[in-house]
Amino acid sequence: MATPTLDKVEAESAASPYITVTFRIRRFNPEVSDEAQWQDFQIEIDPKERVLDALHKIKWETDGTLTFRRSCAHGICGSDAMRINGKNRLACKTLIKDINPEKPITVEAIKGLTVLKDLVVDMDPFFQAYRDVMPFLITKGNEPTRERLQSAEDRERFDDTTKCILCAACTSSCPVFWNDGQYFGPAAIVNAHRFIFDSRDEGGEQRLEILNDRDGVWRCRTTFNCTDACPRGIEVTKAIQEVKRALITRRF
Amino acid sequence: MSTESSAIGAVEGVSLYDVEHPAPVIEPPRKRTGKTPKGSRTNFEMYAWLFMRLSGIVLVVLVIGHLLIQLVLDGGVSKIGFAFVAGRWASPFWQVWDLAMLWLAMLHGANGLRTVINDYAERDNSRFWLKMLLYTATVFTVLLGTLVIFTFDPNIR
Repeated sequence: MATPTLDKVEAESAASPYITVTFRIRRFNPEVSDEAQWQDFQIEIDPKERVLDALHKIKWETDGTLTFRRSCAHGICGSDAMRINGKNRLACKTLIKDINPEKPITVEAIKGLTVLKDLVVDMDPFFQAYRDVMPFLITKGNEPTRERLQSAEDRERFDDTTKCILCAACTSSCPVFWNDGQYFGPAAIVNAHRFIFDSRDEGGEQRLEILNDRDGVWRCRTTFNCTDACPRGIEVTKAIQEVKRALITRRF
Repeated sequence: MSTESSAIGAVEGVSLYDVEHPAPVIEPPRKRTGKTPKGSRTNFEMYAWLFMRLSGIVLVVLVIGHLLIQLVLDGGVSKIGFAFVAGRWASPFWQVWDLAMLWLAMLHGANGLRTVINDYAERDNSRFWLKMLLYTATVFTVLLGTLVIFTFDPNIR
């Protein structure tokens, strides 16, 4: 029994898991040029690694000037949303083997926000929209002496939208947001939804009033780009539609 | 930087941009800032959205009925003439039908174009003037059509 096992281990170590993958990265450095351009990097990497690992390998071993954001590197902090092969994804949740490493893999900054350098964008307009929907618990009256209790059903009502990590993958995939940054964007509406449908919150009417505005939910064209882009699998378009329905049913 | 830069000038390969003088970045159109004005607090956008859905449903019936009568039933397109139109508009039912179709189709289309202008016109000035052009054309067409339906004279010579 021992001999075949030994053979197998030897065979595996002989066949390297590494393959050559081309990464085509959109570079922009305002201190050198006013134009962005594509640059190819060929690296040896295990296809079971993630795109973020490839970017690390490029930055650490090939070109230290490559600039991108990442913090936790495990799909929670929402720092490394980028456009990989034309689709918004988290680099830390995208395995190279899943996006056809035979062809060059394109990596660029998310759209609709100012590119500051390489893959880093100015997130201020995104977070401004987030702030404008008041993403915090609003209550009236005295603070209770114990925690605010809630039934499992009431919690379930907004469970989907609590998963948002504010990575901006949805908002920067929205064609309305690309053309008009005044639109709140899917992420802000998702975070408003999280409080509008929270039974403990009493500021729902104020938030609905904000989203009833010219730049609110009525600008949504239900293209489902946001739902496709969300790395957390939130049904973003459904959440937006639920806000629309709440607005209509509360007004009539 | 290992990238080949097109902004490096022909003169001695000196870059136009450096750390002190970075290139301008491309700002997104109409980006949201802390100074973005608060909303108008009206329900106009909601009513516009609802109107699009409801008028769309009614228009499906009105337009398909209109097309059937005009182009398919009873001899098809060849029968249409002054007498045919005069005969139909003698009945208040067809007057109301055509009036409803005119108003709903014009307002539905105008609201759709307003949405397109809001989505795609970047500068506030171009938005304003495109919408003014749109509203003028809509009001003109609706008023002219209404006038014709109500004051139609079958004995005109």
